[in-house]
Amino acid sequence: MDAGALLDRYERMAVIRRTEKAAHDLFLQGLVKGTTHLAAGQEAIAVGASAALRPDDYVFATYRGHHHALARGATPEECLAELMSRATGLCGAKGGSMHLTKAATGMLGSYAIVGAHLPMAVGAAWSARLRGTEQLAVAFFGDGATNIGAFHESLNLAAVWRLPVLFVCENNLYMEYTPIADVTAVPRPAADRAPAHGIPGEVVDGNDVVAVEEAVGRLARRARAGDGPAVLEAETYRHFGHSRADPAAYRPAEEVERWLKHDPLDLARGRLAELGVGAETVAEADERARAVVERAVAAAKAAPPPDPREALTDVWADGGAAWRT
Amino acid sequence: MADLITYRDAVAEGIAREMRRDASVVCLGEDIAEAGGVFKTTTGLLKEFGPERVWDTPISEQAIAGAAMGAAMTGMRPVAEIMFSDFLACCWDYLANEIPKVRYMTGGQVTVPLVVRTANGGGLGFGAQHSQATENWALTVPGLKIAAPATPADVIGMLAAAIRSDDPVVFFEHKALLATKGPPPPPGHVVELGRAAVVREGGDITLVALASTVPLALKAADILAGEGIEAEVVDLRCLVPLDAATVLASLRKTSRLVTVEENPYQGGWGATVVSIVADEGFGLLDAPVRRVAGECVPLPFADALEQQVVPTVDKVVTEVRGLAAY
Ligand SMILES: Cc1ncc(C[n+]2csc(CCOP(=O)(O)OP(=O)(O)O)c2C)c(N)n1
Repeated sequence: MDAGALLDRYERMAVIRRTEKAAHDLFLQGLVKGTTHLAAGQEAIAVGASAALRPDDYVFATYRGHHHALARGATPEECLAELMSRATGLCGAKGGSMHLTKAATGMLGSYAIVGAHLPMAVGAAWSARLRGTEQLAVAFFGDGATNIGAFHESLNLAAVWRLPVLFVCENNLYMEYTPIADVTAVPRPAADRAPAHGIPGEVVDGNDVVAVEEAVGRLARRARAGDGPAVLEAETYRHFGHSRADPAAYRPAEEVERWLKHDPLDLARGRLAELGVGAETVAEADERARAVVERAVAAAKAAPPPDPREALTDVWADGGAAWRT
Repeated sequence: MADLITYRDAVAEGIAREMRRDASVVCLGEDIAEAGGVFKTTTGLLKEFGPERVWDTPISEQAIAGAAMGAAMTGMRPVAEIMFSDFLACCWDYLANEIPKVRYMTGGQVTVPLVVRTANGGGLGFGAQHSQATENWALTVPGLKIAAPATPADVIGMLAAAIRSDDPVVFFEHKALLATKGPPPPPGHVVELGRAAVVREGGDITLVALASTVPLALKAADILAGEGIEAEVVDLRCLVPLDAATVLASLRKTSRLVTVEENPYQGGWGATVVSIVADEGFGLLDAPVRRVAGECVPLPFADALEQQVVPTVDKVVTEVRGLAAY
C-alpha cells in the first residue's frame, strides 16, 4: 500500500477513534441514552475491509457497529446525532447506537440479536447473484456469534449455493464478560469451524489495517469470481468494556497492556514512518480528524429532538403504522 | 364452467402467475423444488422457472427466513416456505425481531417485500408439533401483515397481493383446506390485503371466520337457517390489515357477534375483533359477544380428542342458538 492510501486509512481510523471517544464522553454526560458498544481498538477491521470493498457492496454489522457505519459512509455527525436522539440522526433517532444503518451506501444495518444478520448477508449475496451485479455481501460479527445456530446455518447455505459472501469475525476475545475461549471447544471460533462447512477459514491480525485490507481484497476477488464464501477471523481487542461504562475489570492487566501496545493507530503510524511519511503529516491528519469530530459533536448537540409524531411512522412501506383498513 | 382447482394447486398457480409477471420473484424452502413441497403446493415451479429461481434449502429455518430477508432488502421478492407453521418458532427471531422491525428502526430506509408461506392448523391428525394454528403468534408482532385465505380463488388473489406488497406478509395456508376445490380466478386476479368478504348474507347474527373456520361457519349457517336463524358469515381473509369496517357494518344489520377461530382462546385473534367491537360498536350490540376458539391446550393426536379442542360446527351452532335467544 502506498503512503497516500495508508494515510487515508489512518485518518479514517482516527475519525472513528475520536467519534467513539466522543460517544463515551457524551454517554457519561447523560447526553447519550440507553447503551453504547464502542469499537475503539477495532477500527482497522472496518476501515481495512471497507477500503477493499466496492461502494455498492452490502455490509451487515452488529450492535457494535459504529465503526462499520462510519467506514461505510455515515458521517460522525449523523451517527452522534442518532446516539443523542436527534432528528438529524442517521435513522431519525428510531435506531440508536445499536442500529446504525445507511442503506444508501450499502450499510444495511446493525443488528442487536447476536448472529441474526448472518443469513441476511447470505440472502443479499444470493440476490446479487440473481441480479447479476457481482456485488458482495459482508457480515461482520463477534466471536460470540460463532456459537449461534444461525452462524452455522449461514455458512452451510452460503457454501452449498457458492455465494459471494464474506463472514468477518471480529474476535476481541470476549463475549460480554466471558472469554470466548471458556465456552468454545476450538481455539479459533470462526476460522476453525469454516472448513467443516466446506469454506476456507483464515486468520488475520485485525489491528493491522494493511493486512485486513489485503485479506478482504483477496477473499472478495475470489468470491466475485464465483469461488464461494470465506471466513476471515480478525484478531483484535476492544479498548473499552463491553458496553456503557463497563470498566472491563474481568480482563487481566497484563493482557490489556499487551493489546494496548498493539494499537491499530500506532501500527499504522509505524508503517507510515517506514514509508517516509513525516510526523508532521500524520499530525495534520490527526488534527483534521479532531476538527471533524468536534464539529460533529457541536452540530449534533445543536440539532432538535425528533417530532413525536414520527413515533407512528415507518412501520409499513406507505410510511404509516395503520394496521386496520 | 371452467374446471375446479384445488386450494393446494392454487398455491402453486398463484406463485407461478407472479413469477411469470416479475423476474424478481423467487422461491426458497425445504423440499419445494424437486419434490414440489411436502404438501405439493409448489409442484411445477422448478420445471417452469428453473433452479435459479426455485431453491431447495437445507433444514435451516433461520437461514431460510434470514436469507429471504436479505434478498428482499436488496431488490428481490422472495417467497419463503416454512414447512409447518409450528416451525415458525425455529426462526421466530426473524419473524419477531428482524423482518418486522428493520423498516422502523432504520427510519424507513429499508423495505422488506417478502412472503413467508406456511402450512397452518389442525385436522389432519399430525399431533401437537405439526397442527397448531399459529396466526395469533404473528398477530402479536407489529410490522407483519397476515393473510389466511379460505378458497382457491382467494389463495391466488391474495398471493398476488402479498407478493406485490412492499411489506412483509406471513401467508397461512390451512392444511385442512388443501384438498378443497373452487373455481379458478381469471388472469390478473388480485385480492387486496385487508378486504374481508361477506360470504353469506343474513340479518340475525354475524359470524366472523378465517381460513378453515369459514367453511365451518358456512355449514353452521346452513343448519341455523333451517331453524329460522339467518347468519351472516364474514371471511376476514387477513388479520393485518384488519377489515374492522366490514365487521362493524355487518353488526349494524345483525347486532349479534360470534367469532370463530382455530387458534387458542388465550390471545386469539377473536379477542382483537371483539375488543374493537366493544370499543367502536358497543351501541350496535343487542347481546353479549361470543368466541368459539381453540382450547388452550396443545393439539392432541386422536380425532376424538382434537374435535374436543378445536371449533366445530356443533359448537358454533350452540353458541348462535344461545345468542339468538338472548
Ligand atoms: C441472541 C442474543 N443473545 C444474547 C444477547 C446479549 N448479548 C449482547 S452482546 C453479547 C456478547 C456478544 O459477543 P460477541 O459476539 O463476541 O461480540 P462483541 O460484543 O465482542 O463485539 C451478548 C451475549 C443478544 N444480544 N442476542
